[in-house]
Amino acid sequence: MKLVTAIIKPFKLDSVRDALSDLGVAGITVAEVKGFGRQKGHTELYRGAEYVVDFLPKVKVEVGVDDDKLDAVIDAISAAARTDKIGDGKIFVTELVQAIRIRTGETGPEAL
Amino acid sequence: MQDQIFQLQYAMDTFYFLVCGALVMWMAAGFAMLEAGLVRSKNTTEILTKNVALFAISCIMYLVVGYSIMYGGNIFLTGIEGGETLVADALKASADNGFDGDSVYAGPSDFFFQVVFVATAMSIVSGAVAERMRLWPFLAFAVVMTAVIYPLEGSWTWGGNSVFGLFNLGDDFGFSDFAGSGIVHMAGAAAALAGVILLGARKGKYTTDGKVVPIPGANLPLATLGTFILWMGWFGFNGGSVLKLGDISNSNAVAMVFLNTNAAAAGGLVAALIVGRLMFGKTDLTMTLNGALAGLVAITAEPSTPSALQATLIGAAGGVLVVFSILALDKIKIDDPVGAISVHGVVGLWGLLAVPLTNSGATFVGQLVGAATIFVWVFAASFATWFIIKLLIGIRVSEEEEYEGSDVSECGIEAYPEFTGTRGSGI
Repeated sequence: MKLVTAIIKPFKLDSVRDALSDLGVAGITVAEVKGFGRQKGHTELYRGAEYVVDFLPKVKVEVGVDDDKLDAVIDAISAAARTDKIGDGKIFVTELVQAIRIRTGETGPEAL
Repeated sequence: MQDQIFQLQYAMDTFYFLVCGALVMWMAAGFAMLEAGLVRSKNTTEILTKNVALFAISCIMYLVVGYSIMYGGNIFLTGIEGGETLVADALKASADNGFDGDSVYAGPSDFFFQVVFVATAMSIVSGAVAERMRLWPFLAFAVVMTAVIYPLEGSWTWGGNSVFGLFNLGDDFGFSDFAGSGIVHMAGAAAALAGVILLGARKGKYTTDGKVVPIPGANLPLATLGTFILWMGWFGFNGGSVLKLGDISNSNAVAMVFLNTNAAAAGGLVAALIVGRLMFGKTDLTMTLNGALAGLVAITAEPSTPSALQATLIGAAGGVLVVFSILALDKIKIDDPVGAISVHGVVGLWGLLAVPLTNSGATFVGQLVGAATIFVWVFAASFATWFIIKLLIGIRVSEEEEYEGSDVSECGIEAYPEFTGTRGSGI
């Protein structure tokens, strides 16, 4: 099993959610986060003077997947979140040691 | 029959004066909202307290001595209600002036109309010194400003007195300031400038290498509402300054003043909107709001003689001027959070200088002498007053209080405790 963590543009959340649902992913966790990447924040303008906003708002999507679905999930998130402009975000994949469904006690891929 | 017509004319002109005064009073709300919108949320309660308190102080001090200094009469307004021969006196004055002549109206209505102008001048100051001026030293200054500094320059202009017995602005120079671009607005800005120079910039506003660090206002909807309220109140400010409604030529003049006041505000707003877009690449709302106010200040010195097109252009010139003025003041590190010195001072001067363009009774020389007299007096007297207050009790909050916000240090309560304070999320 793998844990896929995607940092995406907030307005792309609905597309990513729909794309994952189409793949049969049963659940995701999202959080509003802030950060910067190569984009390095952005500038805003107030009364003629520019100022830099260091941390930009992003949405973090976490989804646990079985190994055989990993490539499909990555492709789906990439396609759904892409605008081809700077700031589209990143996808991280980490090993997922165990998953447990609390209600039933199921473990492993069945719990995803 | 003639006496009854004069009585009606008296009633109409008095009523009109009072309604215009009430409109100008509402400008205090406009200033309060504009300033509350353009400061950070941690300084909101304090700026609102200043705005309501300065209004009340202005009313009391002008009642005590200000009106007496500016227009004569007794301190504490004794006798302003008129004597036993009030009706006979008024009818005689009306007959002497004639139906088309100068207005005859109730004495108390004149005080009511004038007092709200004092409060307007003082409201200009609070915005420029916002976010770092302490509350009580500011109120102490308000007492001096509204009791002496403003009434004295008002007595030299609208009051018709000579300047310390040296020269007379009206008789010798033909100085003309219809509703107070200079007498009210530039005077308020001069007092503000003196305060800002002694006070210094907000911490973090300018970097050591000379860059300007923007400090965005907390609430642009409030700033926008405040601008619209000021815009509306200005119809009373300029419209009431015709001083008479009760005959055809005067009521037409009032209508023209309303029209031109509105046209100038529109011209100023559109000019600032376009200049901001061209200069910054984005459309700057707060500059645009300042543009509307600049248009209003620009037309205030002479709203009755320009054509509607001329009024729009005079306002538009004010709107262009205000954008460059705000940028220039930031260059020399004059920190004015709401742009009051640019809107009321720089554009107030432009308003005075625009008078001879449409009013052949005024000259550029006369307008310059008048502007210089007002500015030098108000700036010098204000500087001395601020300086003495600074020596006695200090005028600036401490560095820590400035960081924490003057709401807590001066008033003990935040304006939005559930959002910004410790009571909200529980974190």
